Amino acid sequence: MVSYNYDGSFDGLLTAVFDSYSRRERIDVLSRGVMLQTNLFSDDAYSVMTDENKAVRVWNALAKKLSKGALGAIATAYLCTDDAGDVVVYRFVCRVIDSEQSIENDFSDADVVQLLKNCRRVRGEAHRLLQFVRFQKAADGTYFAMVEPLYDVLPMAIGHFRDRFSDSRFVIYDRARDYGYYYDGAVAQRMTMKSDRSHMITGQLPEDMMDGEEKLFQQLWRTYFKSVAIQERLNPRKQRNDMPVRYWKYLTEKQL
Amino acid sequence: MTEAVLEKLKILTAAAKYDVSCSSSGTVRKNNGAGVGNTVGGVGICHSFADDGRCISLLKIMLTNYCKYDCAYCVNRRTNDIPRATLSVSEVVSLTIEFYRRNYIEGLFLSSAVVRNPDYTMERLARVAKDLREVHRFNGYIHLKSIPGASRELVNEAGRYADRMSVNVEIPSERSLKYLAPEKDHKSVFEPMGYIKQGVLENKEDRMSMRHVPRFVPAGQSTQMIVGASSDTDRDILHLSSTLYTMPTMRRVYYSGYVSVNDYDKRLPALKQPPLVREHRLYQADWLMRFYKFKAEEITDASNPNLDLDVDPKMSWALRHPEAFPVDVNNADYEMILRVPGIGVKSAALIVNARKFRKLTSDHLKRIGVVMKRAKYFLTCGEIGLHNVREARPDVVRRQLRLDFGDW
Repeated sequence: MVSYNYDGSFDGLLTAVFDSYSRRERIDVLSRGVMLQTNLFSDDAYSVMTDENKAVRVWNALAKKLSKGALGAIATAYLCTDDAGDVVVYRFVCRVIDSEQSIENDFSDADVVQLLKNCRRVRGEAHRLLQFVRFQKAADGTYFAMVEPLYDVLPMAIGHFRDRFSDSRFVIYDRARDYGYYYDGAVAQRMTMKSDRSHMITGQLPEDMMDGEEKLFQQLWRTYFKSVAIQERLNPRKQRNDMPVRYWKYLTEKQL
Repeated sequence: MTEAVLEKLKILTAAAKYDVSCSSSGTVRKNNGAGVGNTVGGVGICHSFADDGRCISLLKIMLTNYCKYDCAYCVNRRTNDIPRATLSVSEVVSLTIEFYRRNYIEGLFLSSAVVRNPDYTMERLARVAKDLREVHRFNGYIHLKSIPGASRELVNEAGRYADRMSVNVEIPSERSLKYLAPEKDHKSVFEPMGYIKQGVLENKEDRMSMRHVPRFVPAGQSTQMIVGASSDTDRDILHLSSTLYTMPTMRRVYYSGYVSVNDYDKRLPALKQPPLVREHRLYQADWLMRFYKFKAEEITDASNPNLDLDVDPKMSWALRHPEAFPVDVNNADYEMILRVPGIGVKSAALIVNARKFRKLTSDHLKRIGVVMKRAKYFLTCGEIGLHNVREARPDVVRRQLRLDFGDW
């Protein structure tokens, strides 16, 4: 078992690729966060020192062989933090480097299929942000939304919101990763909020922080949500499939 | 905006919910820096899913449910004793903008019962769209119903602001329509459809010579048919759909399983449950026509006028045509691979790409995402030992499929 630690950055992952080639070995286990203790199942884990030059060399080698779409898929799949997500990216990159011609369309190859699968998972989660972000209007006119996506996909979605609501100010905050974006009407800036007020936990603005009409519009939306369902066709299973329960806690229509 | 709107919203949502059109796709509208909203291309965004599992993409609402007509299948018919309400233009505009800003919706789907006369109603629908676009600089999606019988001028006015417009056929055959809705005929449906089509085509020509002519109904039109309220067969329905799809502007035909809202009317069948399976099969058949290059006559014919409720229409076609199988996935054309049950549009495209690298086996096919439990009877991939539909006979395959998949 060859096992590597790296700092969790994309450059770090590419550096790991570079190092594994210069050390003439294949990585089996990749873990994020430089750990001091060794992996339970290996003699000792190699710690990658992220090096931008190495990363760029690997990326350029990939760019020579792959289409823009496939390069994007690598960067997207890297965000998939499910089990062994990094190894999936690593194996795909190795396949590309080892092969004479591009293998990106080799859809019966296990490494290619797995990369696509992870990429699709991340894109799906980013799309669910576009679907399920719910803003509440605060007294000062800023719109506030709390989210908790499975992967770190807020940066993929922020451009959409900036474009759509370009004439207002808003905050979208990722509670799981404790950072968010504040858009002031001109630029969206990454920031962290230090506050122990209840809305930073529940995602719901307390009434004293709400805009005067906010409560009414929440009520109107809940009324609409209830009224639009056809009682003769109730289908809770489909509802859960298309709108996973993990999103419900921040959905206005699912609040009591 | 006051709390009185709550009750109106409740009534007018319930009045609009049987219209199944939901999509917010088919056009791109950029936010040009002034105003709110944009419309993303390609697939639309579903913002929520109601308790019936249907997506909520647009604020689907009626301007009013006071109706002068008395169509047997409609919940809003004038003889029904139900609560009635009317929203003002400014109330609809405000609801749309405020919901949109909170990311509840992609836009507005506005429809209306016919109050006073078609032109009066149509004019108010157009007013809402115009206010949204010109006063509020709203770039989100707007779907307007075109009121049957409205004048061409008003349809043209509405089309300048709407992304999509629709006129519902509701009842597939004119004979049944006359029976259930004596005040209507097919002319009142197909005429406004024609106006929309002509508007789009003329607009296309104008835009060739002058780039700054605003777009006219850029996301085209859609329509809906009610399933199970009349005696029309699936063949009648699909035949009409395929004719409608030959219109260059027709993007979607929706099918709405009839919900027994007026069970006292003896002209209607007494249904305990809306025909959900039949509706589902019709959508599958619709997909076959739009994405799988099937013709309506292949899906149903004179001897099989209704879709098979046990198996999907693609499987049903395959079982009726064992001579077309097995398909060799390593050599066959894309079109033929697409005909294999268990292979969808995505897997077919992947297969055509992947087979350039090596000869595909059933393991590869599984990895690509082919449902082998279904597909194994209809393909070969250079391996021996796979059953195929010609040796195993269609009825045996059908029985095995029922064991594997149950009634669906």
